[in-house]
Amino acid sequence: MTDDTAGRIADPSAASSARGRTGLYALVWRVPLLVWQFLFFVVPLAFLVYLSFWLVKNYRMIPGFDAINWVKMYSKGYFWDAYYLTFAMAAVATVVASALAFPCAYALSFKVSETVRRWAIFFLIIPFFTSYLVRIYAWQVILAENGVINGLLALRDLGPVAMLNTKFGTLVGYLTLCMPLVVILQTFSLANVDRNLIEAAHNLGCGRIRTVFTVIVPLAKVGLIIGAVFCFILSFGDFVSPYYLGGSRPPTLSILIIDTTKSGQQWPKAAVVAVTMIATLLVVAFAAVGAAYRKPK
Amino acid sequence: MAKSDNGKRIRTTRRKLLQYSGAAAGVALFTPYVHRSWAQTVELNMLSWYGLAEPDMVEEFEAQNNVKFKPKYYAGGDNMLAALAQSPAGTFDIIHTDAEYARILIERGDLVDELDPADYPFDDMQHDDFTKFPGHWKDGKLYSVMTRFGHLGVSYNTEAVTREEAMSYDVFWSPKVKGKVGHFDWHLPNLGEVSLLNGNTDPSPFDISDAAWDKLKEKTLTLKPQVKGFFDYGGTFASLKNGEILACVGIGDWVTGVVAKDGAPVDSVVPREGGIQWTESYSIVSSSTKKDMAKKYIQYTLTPPGQVRSANMAAYPGFCVTKSGQAALIEQTPDEAKRTSQMPGMANHPVTLIKEGRIHYRDTPKQQSLEDWNEFWSEYKNA
Repeated sequence: MTDDTAGRIADPSAASSARGRTGLYALVWRVPLLVWQFLFFVVPLAFLVYLSFWLVKNYRMIPGFDAINWVKMYSKGYFWDAYYLTFAMAAVATVVASALAFPCAYALSFKVSETVRRWAIFFLIIPFFTSYLVRIYAWQVILAENGVINGLLALRDLGPVAMLNTKFGTLVGYLTLCMPLVVILQTFSLANVDRNLIEAAHNLGCGRIRTVFTVIVPLAKVGLIIGAVFCFILSFGDFVSPYYLGGSRPPTLSILIIDTTKSGQQWPKAAVVAVTMIATLLVVAFAAVGAAYRKPK
Repeated sequence: MAKSDNGKRIRTTRRKLLQYSGAAAGVALFTPYVHRSWAQTVELNMLSWYGLAEPDMVEEFEAQNNVKFKPKYYAGGDNMLAALAQSPAGTFDIIHTDAEYARILIERGDLVDELDPADYPFDDMQHDDFTKFPGHWKDGKLYSVMTRFGHLGVSYNTEAVTREEAMSYDVFWSPKVKGKVGHFDWHLPNLGEVSLLNGNTDPSPFDISDAAWDKLKEKTLTLKPQVKGFFDYGGTFASLKNGEILACVGIGDWVTGVVAKDGAPVDSVVPREGGIQWTESYSIVSSSTKKDMAKKYIQYTLTPPGQVRSANMAAYPGFCVTKSGQAALIEQTPDEAKRTSQMPGMANHPVTLIKEGRIHYRDTPKQQSLEDWNEFWSEYKNA
């Protein structure tokens, strides 16, 4: 350190000025994100909440502040049926996707070469090049009663098995949407686990399975949970799979939003459903992130 | 060989002759297009159900009038109202809508223009009702013109259900189609058909007392164990085609006509309890700056060529509303006319069915709110 530098750092006003410049620099980089989030998340969300208090008269929305939409919607049994179904289906999709993705991500992280891993990630990204709706229509061809799977079963005098327009169909759609993303997130997370710690566990006599659950999973916890949260969020809000593979039977919350708007411009009631969905997702996301970053006692 | 003004001879070789002829032919051929490119192409913004502004419907009119259609498609009258509400004035020039929603547009008072009845061939309409269609007139003034229609009843897989079985809505409760009944996912046509099965025909399946409404709900709920799913147009089309469903509530030839052309064994009938009519109409938007062209297009849709195109529309076929349109359909596409019973004297001719009182115009509920019907539909879907 030169005398000059040491002198400047020793000077409190100079240090304060440097901190100020750093703060301003950081703020300049943060501002676009903050502005974006404010304009395209906070403002629309506030409007959506406000909209849920409007009234509809003669097919026209009337601005106001009346809780009647909340009272009516929350008093309907079908709303809660749809809510529990949506939550349960998204939870099942999250568990299944995470469980199925883990062996795949584990293999990509620890058992294959760097080149193979790169190609695998490339192939996991490829599905996103195609429209999700198109992929779901492709599943219709595969899952239909006279589709590909039942055609193969028929060769063995089996079936037909009802898969399309069932909850199973919806689950297939959710996994189509989420699995590649969950595998990628888990792979990145597992790939960053310190190999020295794994070797240390082995050197200390820890078996392979025990190493996975007591060393690798805790170290990759954040990525694994983030992958699961993404799966839950995408499944919870998805409209396409429950409609086109589940036959809307019974409907999820996203379908209920569409149905509600078909009853004479009932957008305020649809807003009640939407706000409830967003609130649920926020609670789940914060709880999951809290769990991910919680320090072990 | 010819002489020039100064007396010199001009040698007209075969090559030059060909060049001049080619140039002349080129000018002659391309002049109309050059003329068109000089004239400003009119862009006509249409709010409509899917397919109404596709080339098979509008290409002839576009070519004749130097117009380019710019459609915004919707599915369901409520979506149409939403699209209107979310768009600034002047966004649309012409609206194509179901008759029951045309009534709502007209009731608003400031959305669509009054039309001059003399501009439209009402004397050529196949039925008196079409000239004074309910909800298209207000205080003796015309606001909307009916251009096509169709009937809803029982749609079925002909390999699983016979025509005789399909002649009653009871077929939806038949063990033969257990777990194989589909619903077009819109409460009005579905509940309207169950209302007909319950005998609510006077005055209309949509104008029923609260007691009849309770019975309708009760009857509808008994159908749930038979149901495979609730589908939009694409889903209904695919499910009928791949055999996922063997019978469908709430649709008619507008879907099965297209599926059948695709090779699937499906058909639709108007059962003994009666059928429901969907009716589509055009209105001119008050804030439009191209009202003359919009009017010209509505007039075109009622001409024989326009009616033939409508009857053969790729997205979904509809019946002709004019006599001259039907005559042209019979002449130009007799198979389609026969398939849809639009030949004179056919027992199931759409206008004959109306005259026999077997058809009821689809409408919004009269004694309950649309919200009541829709809420029950959500309950039913969750049952």
